[in-house]
Amino acid sequence: MKTKTELVNTSVFFAGLKPEELEPIIKLIIEKKYERDEMLFFEGDATESLIFLASGVVKIFKTSPDGKEQILSIAHPEETLNELPLFNGGLNATSAQAMMRVVVYMINKRDIEMLMRKYPLVASNVIHILAKRTRRLVTLVEELSFKRVNGRLAGILLENAVREGQSGARLTQRDMAAMAGTAREVISRSLKAMEDDGVIGFDKHKLIIKDREALKIISQTYS
Amino acid sequence: MFTMKPEIDKDKCDGCGLCVGVCHENGIMIANKTVVVIDEVECDWCGLCEAVCPNDAIRCPLLIVFA
Repeated sequence: MKTKTELVNTSVFFAGLKPEELEPIIKLIIEKKYERDEMLFFEGDATESLIFLASGVVKIFKTSPDGKEQILSIAHPEETLNELPLFNGGLNATSAQAMMRVVVYMINKRDIEMLMRKYPLVASNVIHILAKRTRRLVTLVEELSFKRVNGRLAGILLENAVREGQSGARLTQRDMAAMAGTAREVISRSLKAMEDDGVIGFDKHKLIIKDREALKIISQTYS
Repeated sequence: MFTMKPEIDKDKCDGCGLCVGVCHENGIMIANKTVVVIDEVECDWCGLCEAVCPNDAIRCPLLIVFA
């Protein structure tokens, strides 16, 4: 896990600042821990701090009135979780839930606003981060609109895969369905088809990508 | 005895027992109105219990790894 100093030194948020400018920022950080499945924040709640993920994996999602979940992204260490409500003054547009034990670093909204006024570079970095987030959402809209489930699922597998021995998000088929915007049964059938084609395999609690290139081709196929 | 067991959220489990019926290893039971995975049974992580659970109370999450 990154220390507060390491986070400030490597975060895109503070890129370009001098060491003497970074030092006081470290003092503004508050650390908080969450257990697996614990909610970091709920859609509709007010947001008071910018949250940086220090370790673990967090699910960012929306829930429909009838309880259907759409996962928008799986956040990994060093990512921020809630820039949108922080900067537009609104309430949380999404909910966030820990998928494993999680540590976050938080900086109060007023301190972030002060840093943006003091260092225009931070404001410029924020624009880059928001643009990246928008691009990711555009990609999600594209995938939900134009790709078949197989293609979306292949993309989800590639995006969340880790090397043997590394830790990463552990996804249920229900999680994958919520990310792909479909039903669990459809994901189950797609996984089975990929397994039959030798693209993926299962080893107890692991889903193994056996043919990365084939999976990449499937992920790039539009309907 | 295996090291990994399906994950159970006791707050979500209403003890309906659907998972008990689908487990082909007979590795799940209901005790005190909640689901329990039996230690001595070899779970093959088939995910059927997860599939039938109406409350998302039992889960077999997968770590996705490159071969």
